[in-house]
Amino acid sequence: MPSTIMVNMLWTATLETLYMVGVSVIIAEVIGLPLGILMVTSEEGHILENFWLNKILSFIVNVGRSIPFIILLVAIIPFTRFVVGTSIGTAAAIVPLTVAAIPFAARVVESSLKEVDSGVVEAALSMGASPWQIIVKVLLPEALPGLILGFTLTAVNLVGYSAMAGTIGGGGLGDLAIRFGYQRFRGDVMLYTVIILVVLVQALQMLGDKIARKVSRH
Amino acid sequence: MIELRQVYKTFYGEKQVDALRGVDLKIPAGKIYGIIGQSGAGKSTLIRCINGLETPDHGEIIVDGVDLSRLSSIELRNARKKISMIFQHFNLLSSRTAAANIGFPLEISGVDKSAIKARVNEMLQLVGLSDKANSYPSQLSGGQKQRVGIARALANNPQVLLCDEATSALDPETTKSVLQLLAEINQKMGLTIVLITHEMRVIQEICDYVAVIENGQIQESGRVIDVFTSPRSSAAKRMLQGTMNTQIPQDLLQRANLNSNGKQVFLKLSFVGSLAHEPVISSMLKKYAVEANILFGKIDQIKDIPFGMLFLEVSGEPDQIEKALKYVQDHNVEMEVISNA
Repeated sequence: MPSTIMVNMLWTATLETLYMVGVSVIIAEVIGLPLGILMVTSEEGHILENFWLNKILSFIVNVGRSIPFIILLVAIIPFTRFVVGTSIGTAAAIVPLTVAAIPFAARVVESSLKEVDSGVVEAALSMGASPWQIIVKVLLPEALPGLILGFTLTAVNLVGYSAMAGTIGGGGLGDLAIRFGYQRFRGDVMLYTVIILVVLVQALQMLGDKIARKVSRH
Repeated sequence: MIELRQVYKTFYGEKQVDALRGVDLKIPAGKIYGIIGQSGAGKSTLIRCINGLETPDHGEIIVDGVDLSRLSSIELRNARKKISMIFQHFNLLSSRTAAANIGFPLEISGVDKSAIKARVNEMLQLVGLSDKANSYPSQLSGGQKQRVGIARALANNPQVLLCDEATSALDPETTKSVLQLLAEINQKMGLTIVLITHEMRVIQEICDYVAVIENGQIQESGRVIDVFTSPRSSAAKRMLQGTMNTQIPQDLLQRANLNSNGKQVFLKLSFVGSLAHEPVISSMLKKYAVEANILFGKIDQIKDIPFGMLFLEVSGEPDQIEKALKYVQDHNVEMEVISNA
């Protein structure tokens, strides 16, 4: 059995991970969702067709996704300092996590919206729906199960990223595993954090699947 | 009601496709107008021009006195509320129940909730799906989905209903019932219906007018009965072959050419409407000293007009034959002499 101190440490680290992932996934979705919508609707033949907007968005998102997280983490330290006033700690870790998750979320949103049958959009157009009405009343509701699964995917991905947040003293389970499990040769700490991470990811995925199934009408 | 003038549309993709090449079409109000053509003939593009889903490169599309190509996007959106459309694959929102799908166009138009509810119930009743109000599309059969599609299209009281291969994904029986529903709606609401199809059967069943499209051009158009009984264009003749059998079987044609001795004539007679009920042939036989042998024939119905076609071998003395033929012609039976040696 782990000691009380260790339980406390694990508990704190778990909360830190949940906090970092929770806040960053929500901010990332708030920004990524409209981005994803714009990327789909600005495509050729879609309701807000715009060649350059589409190309530029796609380029930015690809650049964002090609930077390794560990590099992004240190590269944007000035920006992090500007936003939260410090570049160290859990709150500071949320900034790079969010920045990394935005392009990821946008791509995932884009791909689930692309799944929506173009015929349904055409039908809405034929009824005289405006682009806004098509986004809100057709694209989003029709893609909802996919969007929820995408949200889950983003969150799970962020759990992985958050493990690197220790580099800037962000705390969380990954940080704990490195500092205690690896650097102090505490195999037991390593084991416990890995177990908690596995359980966390499983729980997230199960929850996501369940909600997606519930809203699916297929 | 709807008029297309010199409409051109070209798609520039991997290869250039001239979908419409100077289409002129006049669609009268309150009628069912069928546009028939094989896939790739341009009919999908044509029907999408009528509600502005496609913008022509050139030409005018006038619906109810308004040229669609001159409208701003907001004006076009409003115009579309009076031009409904149903689709081959129904295109229902899978996340909405049948009732919510039918209410969708009303929601878009900003109709208030209680009015939507009343209208949706009315529409469900019209298409005979009151018991399926809360079913999702995935729980409905193809025919039921198309009925929901029709109800949705009619909810906003449109003036025009465009049908894009609306029965092509349905089995023959369901096709029949959906076509019946369309004919009923046309009668009841005085709605103008424009449908595109590749099936002659659909045209035959419910259309008043037909246009045959091929290679992006209208080859022939007119009343269905006229086009069916005497097609002029080769495209129309080809399309009719399967359904109407207006062509004489080859072996009969050979026989007609072999037995040419002046005392025999091979005729193709077409009877239309009430004439099809009159005993023209039997009176001809009584009046003149000729004999008739029916080689081939078909009697069918186009919408609600009976229509018949007979291939006759008439034999007798040449002068009697001549008089007999004149008699038939005088009774306004369309006659074509196939072989006369």
